[in-house]
Amino acid sequence: MPSLLEAFQSQVGRKILTGITGVLLVFFIIFHLAGNLAIFGDPDAMNSYSYFLHQFGPLLWIARIGLLLIFVIHAWIGISIWLKKRKARPVDYKVYSSKGGPSKQSLSSRSMAFTGVVLLIFVVFHINTFALGDMGDAMLADGTVVHDVKTLVIDTFQNPLYAFGYTFVMILLGAHLGHGIWSAFTSLTLRSKKASAVIYSIGVIAAIFIAVGFLVIPLYIYFGGGCDAALIHCN
Amino acid sequence: MSDMTINLKIWRQKNTNDSGHFEDYILAGVNEHMSFLEMLDVLNEKLIKEGNDPVEFDYDCREGICGSCNMVINGKAHGPKHKTAACQLHMRTYSDGDTIVIEPPRAGAFPVIKDLVVDRTALDRIIEAGGYISVKTGAAPEANLIPVEQDVSNQAFDYATCIGCGACVAACPNSSASLFTASKLSHLNRLPQGRPERSKRTIAMVEQMEKEGFGDCSNYAECEAVCPVGISISSIAEMRREYMKAIF
Ligand code: HEM
Ligand code: SF4
Ligand code: FES
Repeated sequence: MPSLLEAFQSQVGRKILTGITGVLLVFFIIFHLAGNLAIFGDPDAMNSYSYFLHQFGPLLWIARIGLLLIFVIHAWIGISIWLKKRKARPVDYKVYSSKGGPSKQSLSSRSMAFTGVVLLIFVVFHINTFALGDMGDAMLADGTVVHDVKTLVIDTFQNPLYAFGYTFVMILLGAHLGHGIWSAFTSLTLRSKKASAVIYSIGVIAAIFIAVGFLVIPLYIYFGGGCDAALIHCN
Repeated sequence: MSDMTINLKIWRQKNTNDSGHFEDYILAGVNEHMSFLEMLDVLNEKLIKEGNDPVEFDYDCREGICGSCNMVINGKAHGPKHKTAACQLHMRTYSDGDTIVIEPPRAGAFPVIKDLVVDRTALDRIIEAGGYISVKTGAAPEANLIPVEQDVSNQAFDYATCIGCGACVAACPNSSASLFTASKLSHLNRLPQGRPERSKRTIAMVEQMEKEGFGDCSNYAECEAVCPVGISISSIAEMRREYMKAIF
């Protein structure tokens, strides 16, 4: 009988961990998306949301550390699965193709490690830009002085490199989740033969919604929308 | 129907340590009613008559029940048809002038013995690791003494149809043996006779699968697509649930 620590390092244990961490990341990212969409709300919505989160103080730090841990475990297992597959098949096929039918091989499933690694690099970059970036102060309608994250976001996405770079990475996020959501259901054993096609479709639709939800923001701002939303003057 | 000429590109490897290479053959006189293996028989007769080494390939029953004939045909384990073992594939699937590439099922855990024949005892060792089921020795018990619900017995039988061919491993981008192992577990853990050792069996078989050098499962479901008897990846989900029950 393996200890729990050993059990979660077995092939089955690892898969369950990928699934759990994957689902937690999806929950996080939906939460994050909801926050981002505040840019379409009233002019103060985004900054007051950011202020609201910062009110949590130490709790926010606990959440951040937890999230980091989830991220690291997820990425670590994902990459190690990818590295192992080469060892498991030292001589590769000359000709290989999927047989279709129930197979879920697709550009999305075959590139999980690639899209994952891009996301990993992106997140470091992203935190550097928005969490650690230079922010001025803004005043909310009620007079509270807060970090002006909204202006930072709007300024950043005036740069086409940022606007289109972000859009591209969000498409990759969609690709990761296109297989990922269905896969997590299967990893966490929420599966039935009959519902498989339905679950797969739900996964793909959710992935598209999430990706589009994120990527409309840089595009909207780049093409001038942010200026109205921010009630500021853009070039 | 006139005979076909088929271009073959077949993996030849003298022994496990040989690095192997592809050899091209042009085979005339292939009839659409031949099975895929009969086509290879014709090739081998020709090779033997010419004084060359025949292509070694595995087979036994030639009717889809023994699982010996797993080979990868144009990149697909057991060839292009669903729920069809290589021995049940017929040349009518192909047309005159087609090129067919044949490779052994490739995985580190399946060392090539010769040409298309690989050593699949790793799968046997996974079964062995599963161990025994507790039954009383002596005279066979009355068959109806242990009631098994019809549904359960049907499902167990579905999983028991796994013929151990290893196509699931061959087709998996990660060379995972999850479908094979899971089908055995779903078969045995489901029946009352298999219940007492359920946890032990699940843990031992999962451990053995990794020890043999098979890769992780990424839920590609390619295994289900190539399985000649159509074992569902639901068994893999079940294996995970069983494993979680076993370790807590
Ligand atoms: C840090 C960068 C990331 C890396 C390196 C990464 C890598 C991977 C890899 C390689 C897999 C496939 C695992 C397998 O082959 O079985 C995977 C699965 C998955 N990923 Fe990621 N990923 C990352 C970020 C994310 C993010 C941000 C999310 C959510 C928004 C996410 C959600 C998922 C889900 C739901 C799965 C399916 C889990 C399963 O199959 O059980 N990943 N990830
Ligand atoms: S699960 Fe299917 S493909 Fe895998 S060994 Fe059994 S019969 Fe062959
Ligand atoms: S030779 Fe027995 S299954 Fe094909």
